Amino acid sequence: MSTAAIPYTVDARPDTGLNNVKLGIWLFLSSEVMLFGSLFAGYILLRTGNPAWGAGSELLSIPLATLNTIVLITSSVTMVMSWVAAMERNLKKLRLYMGATVGLGAVFMVVKSFEYAAKFEHHHPPSYSTFMACYFTFTGLHALHVLAGMCVNFYFGFPGAKMMQTDPQQFANRVEVAGLFWHFVDLVWIFLFPVLYLLNFGPPVSH
Amino acid sequence: MQHIDTAEQGDPHLHADLKKHVRTYMLVFGSLMVLTLVTVGLKYLHLPTVPAILVALAIALVKGSLVACYFMHLISERKLILILMLATVFFFFGVLLGPTITELNEINPIH
Repeated sequence: MSTAAIPYTVDARPDTGLNNVKLGIWLFLSSEVMLFGSLFAGYILLRTGNPAWGAGSELLSIPLATLNTIVLITSSVTMVMSWVAAMERNLKKLRLYMGATVGLGAVFMVVKSFEYAAKFEHHHPPSYSTFMACYFTFTGLHALHVLAGMCVNFYFGFPGAKMMQTDPQQFANRVEVAGLFWHFVDLVWIFLFPVLYLLNFGPPVSH
Repeated sequence: MQHIDTAEQGDPHLHADLKKHVRTYMLVFGSLMVLTLVTVGLKYLHLPTVPAILVALAIALVKGSLVACYFMHLISERKLILILMLATVFFFFGVLLGPTITELNEINPIH
C-alpha cells in the first residue's frame, strides 16, 4: 500500500497563496474569536442589565492575576523563540524554549488553581453571584485552552521534535501554527485581565 | 515571515533575518510588560467609571494588536488571512454588541 503525502503542508496552494496548515489554523482561530466573543457579549448584557451588580473585582486577587499576565506574556516570547529555533534547525534551543513555554504554562495553571482554591475557601463559588459565574466560565474555558496548548507544545518540543531531522520546513510550520494558538490564548487573557479583575465596578457585594 | 525557509545552520541570510525578528520580539515584550504595569497602575488611580473602562480597553487593544501583529506575524501575513480576520472582527463586534444594543431600553446605566 502506498502512502500519499498530504498536499500543501509546506508549499503554498496556488489559489490561496498559503499552505493549508496556515489557512486551517487561522480559520480555527476565527471560530475561537466568535466563541470568546459570545461569552463577552453575554457578560456585557448581564452586566449592563443588572442594577444590583456588585463590585466583584474586590473578590479577586489583582497581584496574582498580574503575575499570571506577566507569565503568559513571557511564555509568548519563549514560544516565538521556539519558532526561531525551529527555523534555525537548532534542536537544543528548540527544546530549551519549548520547555520554558510549557513550564510557564504550568506556572499559570498552578497560580490559577491557588486562585480557584481561595475562592472556594472564602465561599465564593460560581453560584455566589452572576459575576463569579462569569469569572469561572471565562477563566475555566481559558485555562482549558492553556492546558491544550501545553500538550501540543510539549509534543512538538520533545517526542514530536524528531521531525526536525526528516522534514525541517514542515516541522517549523507546525511549530509556527502551535505558536499561533498559544499567542491567541495569551491575547484572550490580555482582554480578560482588565475586564474581570480591574473594571468590575459597582457597589460592594452584599453577603 | 512565512516566506522564509528553514536552512542549514550557518546560512547568513536566514540568521540575519531571524536576528531582526528576535530584536522586534524583545521590543514587543518590553512594551507589553510596561503596558501591563500601566493597566494595573490605573486601577489605583480610581478614575471615573467611563474613562477607566475606555483607557483600560484601549491599552488592552494596543497590547492585543502588538501580539497579533508581531508574535502572530499578522503584519506580514498574506492578504487572504487579513481578509479573513477583518470578516471575523466584523462578526465579533456584531455578536459582542448586538444583544446589548437590542436590549437598550431594558438595561440600566453602569454604576
